[in-house]
Amino acid sequence: MDFLGILSSSVSFILAPTTLAYALATLGLAVHFGFGGLLNMGMAGFMALGAYGYAIGVLTFGLPWYLAAFVGIGAAIVFALILGIPTLRLRGDYLAIVTIAAAEIVRLLLLSSAFGGVTGSADGLSGFNGPGGTITNPTEGAGGFDQSNPIPAGTYGFPPFLDNERIWYLRIVGAIILGLAIFIVWRLVNSPWGRVIKGIREDEDAVRSLGKNVFAYKMQALIIGGVLGALGGLMLAFSTNVNSSVYVTSLTFFLWTALLLGGAATVFGPLAGSIIFWVLQAFLGLLFPALAEVGLMPFSTIQAAQIKFIIVGFALVLLVVFRPQGLFGNKKELTFVK
Amino acid sequence: MRTRSTMRRRIARLASALSAFALAFGVLAIAAPAQADVVNAEMPFKVSGNVQNEGNPVGGVTVTLTGAAGFTATVATDAEGKFVVGVPAKEADYTVTLDETTLPDGIAVIDNPATPFVEANVQTLTVGPGGRATMNFFIGQGERHTTSFIDQVVQRLISGLNFGLMLALASVGLSLIYGTTGISNFAHAELVTFGAVATFGLVGLMGPDLLWIAIPLALVLSAGLGWGLDAALWAPLRRRGMGLVQLMIVSIGLSLGIRYTYQFFIGGQTEQLPGSDAERFKLFGSVTLSITDIVSMGLSVILIVAFALWLSRTKIGKATRAISDNPSLAASSGIDVDGVVRIVWIIGSVLAGFSGILWAYFRPGIRWDMGGQILLLIFAATTLGGLGTAYGALVGSLIVGVLVEGSSLFIPSDLKYVGALVILIGILLFRPQGILGRKERVG
Repeated sequence: MDFLGILSSSVSFILAPTTLAYALATLGLAVHFGFGGLLNMGMAGFMALGAYGYAIGVLTFGLPWYLAAFVGIGAAIVFALILGIPTLRLRGDYLAIVTIAAAEIVRLLLLSSAFGGVTGSADGLSGFNGPGGTITNPTEGAGGFDQSNPIPAGTYGFPPFLDNERIWYLRIVGAIILGLAIFIVWRLVNSPWGRVIKGIREDEDAVRSLGKNVFAYKMQALIIGGVLGALGGLMLAFSTNVNSSVYVTSLTFFLWTALLLGGAATVFGPLAGSIIFWVLQAFLGLLFPALAEVGLMPFSTIQAAQIKFIIVGFALVLLVVFRPQGLFGNKKELTFVK
Repeated sequence: MRTRSTMRRRIARLASALSAFALAFGVLAIAAPAQADVVNAEMPFKVSGNVQNEGNPVGGVTVTLTGAAGFTATVATDAEGKFVVGVPAKEADYTVTLDETTLPDGIAVIDNPATPFVEANVQTLTVGPGGRATMNFFIGQGERHTTSFIDQVVQRLISGLNFGLMLALASVGLSLIYGTTGISNFAHAELVTFGAVATFGLVGLMGPDLLWIAIPLALVLSAGLGWGLDAALWAPLRRRGMGLVQLMIVSIGLSLGIRYTYQFFIGGQTEQLPGSDAERFKLFGSVTLSITDIVSMGLSVILIVAFALWLSRTKIGKATRAISDNPSLAASSGIDVDGVVRIVWIIGSVLAGFSGILWAYFRPGIRWDMGGQILLLIFAATTLGGLGTAYGALVGSLIVGVLVEGSSLFIPSDLKYVGALVILIGILLFRPQGILGRKERVG
């Protein structure tokens, strides 16, 4: 068993583009739930819109990649408005059911063969990061995301971060977006706007009695968090193909686990939670099959690969019961309002 | 990756352009003299065929070929009744569909007497290693397979009723649990799966002939699971006075944990229970039904009636309704709230487990995430009827079941769940208390 190899590939997840993508989406959830008290169980839908909006923008509309990215973000804003206008009046657990259903509707529409010409149906979409790649002119194009990479071809860094120029470019772009997002969220929640939104989380009626437009604040929080989710989806699309089988309800639940692990009502908690969550996922996902292979675990390697998901589920239960404020959260700032 | 997808897009475009051209050509060919109509001539492998009416060629008939990776080609037969289609791959299966509406009036594709329910105008064809295959259609006086709309509606209605009754078993339990404890129990999906998985495990131990013992035993195990979950998890959390949102997230974590535990034990594939391949018999027209459908609907009705009698006539049933209405008042009038809630968990789990067994026959098949596939429909049904009301859940389930099955008459069948989810959102917006709920239930 190559324990060092397992350790090194797990550690490489600290700076993996997918970890950065999930951290962005988790930060969005922190704005929704941690600060705004909105039980959004449909973050996977926002991510799917970000990723598909970008891919469809490139492939179907033939937009340059940076404009197509805004298609994804725009789609998430529209989704937040459609979702928010009617549902923000609902009680917390009702909002959870509506958002989970809305995200499933998005996924089923993307999966349906009825729109296969645009969405690629079950195959998903690919080839949108390369040059051109539009349906109308498949070969000649302005150059996609990959062509905007200024780093010369080659391998950089040191193990376990020894990667080619494409991975490094993804890391840098992801880190810049995430850094900006964390800064903006940090300034926002410490601004007067942030105090109002936290007040709404604690006691909506009290804030309303102070003359604040509670609905407008909640809507703003929903849109900001939704855009962060779409940016997460966008990062995923930059790094790989898009497929509707990624944006399932379980993804939302994993984001929630990462959020509650780091601390829902914190700015850096989502980042810390995401890194811990996905590094642990990678580590356990490699460790258990390796243990099974050398006979230290009485299961098949396929079974051993499932154990990490079982652990995630029960860890979420224990987390909510015994440490609802998360690893880095403040117990005084309780996020679960009765 | 990139070049392949570009290629595929190119081929698809070429194919559609060619098939459009071929269609136009085929229409001309009715009058023009013979030459087999060829579509996708540049492709390496060929499917050819003949359409004949009692030995006479039939021209101008539309034939559609579909294959893997979205391959579709449409061709029209020429004056000799012949068609040739180029296909991209050999050693692959293709579906050949003859559009019966393009046949002259009064004739149809003749059924094969050995397979009366296979629609003879839709055939599967394997292109072998030789890269050539032939598909001949024989036309005669006969019934067309454009199933009459009424028959389709009846078929969908029956299937929707079956599906709805199955959903009802799961949703009344969810609704009762919500009513008495306030938990939106996402792990209810796993209680549904448990019934099917337990039956599968017991059948594996005892052999398929003892299915009639395995099912009751599986329900006993379901009851044990419900009791165990309440005793080990929910009752202690109730005593801690945990908030509803926390309880909901706990149920989500529990759902993930149990779901992947199933996958750990039964793997990712689909398994079948004995009897899932029961023969279908003809009711009337083209409406068919199988013996499992009838048994499943009968048992659902019996269980639901028994449940309703329990809820309305017995002491514990009355206590349950009292707790749903007002837990503190119920407690202060001497009702053992914890004891009743324990019984509600057990009954809810048994009903969910049984609905899981029926779902395994309806889908058909057992999968580790089969409960999760209908969880949102169960929520939709419960919410539609009114969260916390048992009879509401029953009405809601029947509506959702018929709606899901019926909607596939009008929208693509891979979107049939979308209708139910839209209803779920709509009902929460305009009448959050549901059909039978009372307004003050919504905080």
